[in-house]
Amino acid sequence: MPGVQAVDELGLDTSDGEVRNFNDSRICHQEDAMSTVTSPYQTGQKMTPRSMVVWGVVAVAGAVCWTVLALARGENVSALWILFAALSSYAIAYRFYARFITYRVLGADNTRATPAERLENGVDFDVTDRRVLFGHHFAAIAGAGPLVGPVLAAQMGYLPGTIWIIVGVIFAGAVQDMVVLFFSMRRNGKSLGQMVREEIGTVGGIAALIAVFSIMIIILAVLALVVVNALAASPWGVFSIGLTIPIALFMGFYLRYLRPGRVMEVTAIGVTLMLAAIIGGNYVEQMGLAETLTLSKETLVICLIIYGFLASILPVWMLLTPRDYLSTFMKVGVIVLLAIGLVIARPVLQSPAVSDFAINGNGPVFAGKLFPFVFITIACGALSGFHALIASGTTPKMIAKESQVRMIGYGAMLTESFVAISALIAASVINQGLYFTINSPASATGGTPGAAAQFIGTLGFTISPADLTAAAQSVHEITLISRTGGAPTLAFGISLIFTKAFGGGLAAFWYHFAIMFEALFILTAVDAGTRVGRFMLQDTVGNIWPRYANISWKPASWSASAVVVGLWGYMLYIGVTDPIGGIYQLFPLFGISNQLLAAIALTLCVTLMFKHGRARYVWVPGIALAWDLIITMTASWEKVFSSDPKIGYFQQRSVFQAALDKGHLIAPAKTMDQMQQVITNSTLNGFLQALFAVLTLIVLASAIPVWINAAKSRGLPTTEVPRQPSHIVAAAELFATAQEKRAVREYEDSQRKLATSGRSR
Amino acid sequence: MRTYALKVGRGIYWYLKQVTGEAKWDEYLERARSQDMEPMSRRDFERHRSEHKANNPQARCC
Repeated sequence: MPGVQAVDELGLDTSDGEVRNFNDSRICHQEDAMSTVTSPYQTGQKMTPRSMVVWGVVAVAGAVCWTVLALARGENVSALWILFAALSSYAIAYRFYARFITYRVLGADNTRATPAERLENGVDFDVTDRRVLFGHHFAAIAGAGPLVGPVLAAQMGYLPGTIWIIVGVIFAGAVQDMVVLFFSMRRNGKSLGQMVREEIGTVGGIAALIAVFSIMIIILAVLALVVVNALAASPWGVFSIGLTIPIALFMGFYLRYLRPGRVMEVTAIGVTLMLAAIIGGNYVEQMGLAETLTLSKETLVICLIIYGFLASILPVWMLLTPRDYLSTFMKVGVIVLLAIGLVIARPVLQSPAVSDFAINGNGPVFAGKLFPFVFITIACGALSGFHALIASGTTPKMIAKESQVRMIGYGAMLTESFVAISALIAASVINQGLYFTINSPASATGGTPGAAAQFIGTLGFTISPADLTAAAQSVHEITLISRTGGAPTLAFGISLIFTKAFGGGLAAFWYHFAIMFEALFILTAVDAGTRVGRFMLQDTVGNIWPRYANISWKPASWSASAVVVGLWGYMLYIGVTDPIGGIYQLFPLFGISNQLLAAIALTLCVTLMFKHGRARYVWVPGIALAWDLIITMTASWEKVFSSDPKIGYFQQRSVFQAALDKGHLIAPAKTMDQMQQVITNSTLNGFLQALFAVLTLIVLASAIPVWINAAKSRGLPTTEVPRQPSHIVAAAELFATAQEKRAVREYEDSQRKLATSGRSR
Repeated sequence: MRTYALKVGRGIYWYLKQVTGEAKWDEYLERARSQDMEPMSRRDFERHRSEHKANNPQARCC
């Protein structure tokens, strides 16, 4: 059967990663072209006078923006100063620091074949155009995280968040992503857990595995909590998000049966339907659905759990893949729109540069002072450990040239950071009274306009009950009071910016548009995360009971899915019903655990720098690791041991326990059951917090002896795949040089000739 | 001007095709043709791809 043979030739059907590509024998005589293309990078390039001038201008522009931000206080600071401070800093970091890391620190070698080239099978291992891979990688790392954290951190003013997002991404987040991507690429795309086990040791490896799994559960639960808080008591939101399920199903069936493979046209249809669903939400009342779709948080939790379970056991083509197309399209669309909107609207910042909450630590959104809590509240966008899982997943298997880790690893993370900056701006242009009304937990605001306005007064802001009602009405929501989780705040800010930029009285549409895309990102992350968790669980149990690892064995896959959904569903339920407020209690846990994962990834990076005999440059991942350990360990310590019951989980537990023993109630608990609930939740949260920190320390403790040994012997053997010469020709950087373009064209022509001659043979 | 717009349009179309994975099918056809093999149907081809995706889930971050 010729068809079947074609499958095997392409390695499409392969479970064997070693299947070699049919191309191998054909590409050979390119060594000369390659060396001319890459030689400038091997020797280091001198800057031309022209580029010195250009970069001088960028540096001056950046310095001016930063100076304005540092000195301007009081009224009328334009948000564009933040935007341009960010862009110029990113440009300089990418041009100089990322380049230095690529060629000096990591020693990227473009004459060395990447796994995509060596093991090409057209499926996992697949040489991919750098710009295309950038798109894939960015879509995988960026979601709702960079939109949520900065919004919450805005309670401390715009400046701490701005500085951390920009400095953090340049020296930590983007470095982690790029270095993990590079080391995984040098090991045929091994996962983070595998690399920790093989390069640091079994104990560290097991600790890392448990950490990765449990941190993923927390991340899924908190993300789902954001969706629940955004959709509760919002019939419009429930209507449009609910419709994305039939839309995704339709797209899935379309691609499977009607017109297989026509992704672009089905995405166009899907996006159109989705926009119609957002517009349609405005008419829920006329359709008589308003009451049916006004769901409580508890109902939404049950819906999400059922949805999450079904989505993870249904075939991917039905829900997951089409939803991913929609979500990716929306992601890029929204980011571009937001950047344009900001530049046109030129909004003025409403929040102070640094708020009192940053210093006294009594903020209503989350407890704790600027240090360390601003740094852990903003994880995604500055430093996100979860990215290390993606950078050691499919991306390293698709890179064409080693130096491309710079644009894919570092560049994609800079882009995510830009998203975080935009979100921070959107949250900072909202009236401060309104910002705190939306983000303070119901236990503080009391839930009614009158009580909320009074509470806001105690914080030192003024907003009238009538203003609160008017604000909710302007975006067609029943209420905006205590709509915690960041999504409604961001949506409100975006709606303000877009209304100012594009006009047209569409505030409610833009609000629900923003809610829609955030929910879409999160549901995609929940689908995919549950599936990844299921596979991890099956794989782990499979070590003891091999049959359980069989992914096509239904009892195993269903039960593993149920366990994963059950775990995040339980955490979600705890968050939703927490008397003190789910976001207030759980968001710090989310942020800290994400950055503890980063600490594990950076520990691996430092270890590998030592083992590769590059101790000279170990400071590059080293400063990121050191800072990350300082913030995560301080924050973990405070969350576990602080004697302030607002911060320390166990202190909170003992305060509530003592009162309960005496039969007293402590606000915000209203019943003895709620007292008990606070006790249970804070015990669990405190335990998880301590566990994650200890797991990270175990990885670190098992790595340090390796560092010492490797430093003494100036390197140790690693699992790096030995060098093999590269034969393909591809541009090394984002912008191809004229020389590279010529070489690539010649190479492609020669490929075509080879293909035709192969055919005539 | 017009040729430039055309070039940009073609570039965007190329990018979308690549990013959505639609180009995989064209590449496959090309390979099959160059090796004188009867290609499988697009439906089967896409099924293989989706099956592979099902068994190799990629996490989506926050």
